[in-house]
Amino acid sequence: MSLAPAPPAYLEIRDVVKDFGSGSLAVNHVSLDIHKGEIFALLGSSGCGKTTLLRMLAGFEVPTQGTILLDGQNLAGLPPYLRPINMMFQSYALFPHLTVWENVAFGLKREGMPRANIAERVEAMLKLVQLQKYGKRKPHQLSGGQQQRVALARSLAKRPQLMLLDEPLGALDKKLREETQVELANIIREVGVTCVMVTHDQEEAMTMATRIAVMSEGKILQVGTPGEIYETPTTRFVADFIGSVNLMDGKVVVDEPDFVEIDCVYCRHRVGHGITGNVGMDVAVAVRPEKIRLSRTRPDGEVNHVKGTVRDRSYFGSFTVYILELEGGRRLKVSESNVDRHRADAPAAGEVAWATWPDTAQVVLTQ
Amino acid sequence: MSHRPLATSFFDRMHAHPLFRKHGRKAVIVVPYVWLLIFFLFPFFIILRMSLTDMEGVVIQPILQFKEGILSLAINVNHYLFILKDDLYGKTYLSSMRYAAITTFWCLFIGYPFSYFMARARPTAQPGLLMMVMLPFWTSFLLRVYAWKGLLTEGGWVCRLLVALHVDDLLVRLDLIPSQGLFMNTPFSLTIGMVYTYLPFMILPLYATLSKMDLRLLEAAADLGATPWVGFWKITVPLSKAGIIAGSMLVFIPCIGEYVIPELLGGPRTLMIGRVLWDEFFSNNDWPMAASVAVVVILLIIVPLAFFNKYQAEATEVRT
Repeated sequence: MSLAPAPPAYLEIRDVVKDFGSGSLAVNHVSLDIHKGEIFALLGSSGCGKTTLLRMLAGFEVPTQGTILLDGQNLAGLPPYLRPINMMFQSYALFPHLTVWENVAFGLKREGMPRANIAERVEAMLKLVQLQKYGKRKPHQLSGGQQQRVALARSLAKRPQLMLLDEPLGALDKKLREETQVELANIIREVGVTCVMVTHDQEEAMTMATRIAVMSEGKILQVGTPGEIYETPTTRFVADFIGSVNLMDGKVVVDEPDFVEIDCVYCRHRVGHGITGNVGMDVAVAVRPEKIRLSRTRPDGEVNHVKGTVRDRSYFGSFTVYILELEGGRRLKVSESNVDRHRADAPAAGEVAWATWPDTAQVVLTQ
Repeated sequence: MSHRPLATSFFDRMHAHPLFRKHGRKAVIVVPYVWLLIFFLFPFFIILRMSLTDMEGVVIQPILQFKEGILSLAINVNHYLFILKDDLYGKTYLSSMRYAAITTFWCLFIGYPFSYFMARARPTAQPGLLMMVMLPFWTSFLLRVYAWKGLLTEGGWVCRLLVALHVDDLLVRLDLIPSQGLFMNTPFSLTIGMVYTYLPFMILPLYATLSKMDLRLLEAAADLGATPWVGFWKITVPLSKAGIIAGSMLVFIPCIGEYVIPELLGGPRTLMIGRVLWDEFFSNNDWPMAASVAVVVILLIIVPLAFFNKYQAEATEVRT
């Protein structure tokens, strides 16, 4: 983490609530500070309130409570068409009766910009997304990836102070999505616009965003850089939601200055990084599958390993996932990257193996 | 029981039959075409043939004759020439077009906002609203047109209301009615009757296109700085063009040939081709002349229809 002083917030979301009257709050007292030039991702599964929050920023929904400030200006009461904010819609919402050129020019014409300037700006935008040759086409004559770029050009054309992205890559297939993630993030950084994006795809959030807010049931559970969210989740939900994880319930049994030991049903954890706890405290230990190694022989010592039977082995090319069944039926997920081309001693299904992990691998969760 | 076939019902077996598989689709298409062939194309040729001959008394002359070993073809285009010469027909046709256009305009003017708000109403309310548009179809069209007679005639409550609101002064000034308080058998009563009758034909296609519209497009327009009014004209109206054209054609084309409404609500000043046709057939009893007029009307209606079809084809191309 950097030690530089935090820049002042550019977009301030202050205790925003949205109540649709359905019994639970769609957005439940959310406060966020987003800095200038940031790509900020709201990550959560569908129905978690992320899209509602985004729509309140755009002005399509009115907060039940709370304020939203953009560069110090309160957005309350401003209709969407007066906000210096543009949105890239989920599945793009391109105007089907207008050409690519007219789609990009639409917002500029509404501003009353002179014709010559519009032409210049549209050309620049189409160049930015590498669609100069496609200006005369209609949206339905473009591929999904090209439509996505038109949508991007259209939302950037007015040089918004804030850009909103609603599932920007959701409509693309996997391969194209991976390529586009990087490209899209590069274009946004090149333009330097502050972005808030909504996604349910953690990979998308991880690769594109500078910071991520994980949302569930209208609340923000954790805000942090992708690395922080992944390596130091603060709750079971976040640990489980981002990537895959082995969660084990246990009790703190030893509390020494430089380590603690936690007793779980199948094994004893020794956690060596700076945590403190009280003996007898109920905690959960989270270990990511890729931090676990498998070996055929019993490791030394009494902590941080567990014996089991390989039940399943799935080969993914760059890595292999093992499902280890512990005594008593619990399953442990282990992911080993395939550094060698053909590992000779890889445990096969049905074989007994020990899973082992270093004392820096675990995250101890109290909630 | 040893072995049950997979397809058991009659329809299953029918569908599985090789003959059905091969020709089933064609059969479905062919049936309506045969229907049109027998009840439209064939009568049309009878009319066409009739228009090219003369009548002797009440007998229509044959067009092909085989007399004394000579095959003779007697085509008479005099009726068509007469249509061109006598400006009654041209005038009537133009007048029909005018009334059809006026009716289409008012149907669009009233029907568009109606369809718009119907399409934007709560989804649960929409079937009810749609039902109310369709409900008049449950009573006879003739009765409904007759009812207007009672409403517009002197003493009818619509008549009294219009007089009380001094609408009749305005209508006199616009030369739509001859004098105050006299609404029946005028261009005004004819237009009211036609707009009333054809309004659902405008509303239904408009509703169909407007309710299918992706409302996020309006959000996108608003997001890009378009006020709701601008969004309506730049997005909603262009995207409902197919519905506007379909509705206009559904109103305009039958209005040109409309006979019943002009007969019941029209007057001496409202020339419509349908009435001229009736007169030629049944008052003058000049069937070949009437047939010629009918052929010309059909040909003239085909022009807007062809335009409509061309547009439809383009519209479907855009949507896919």
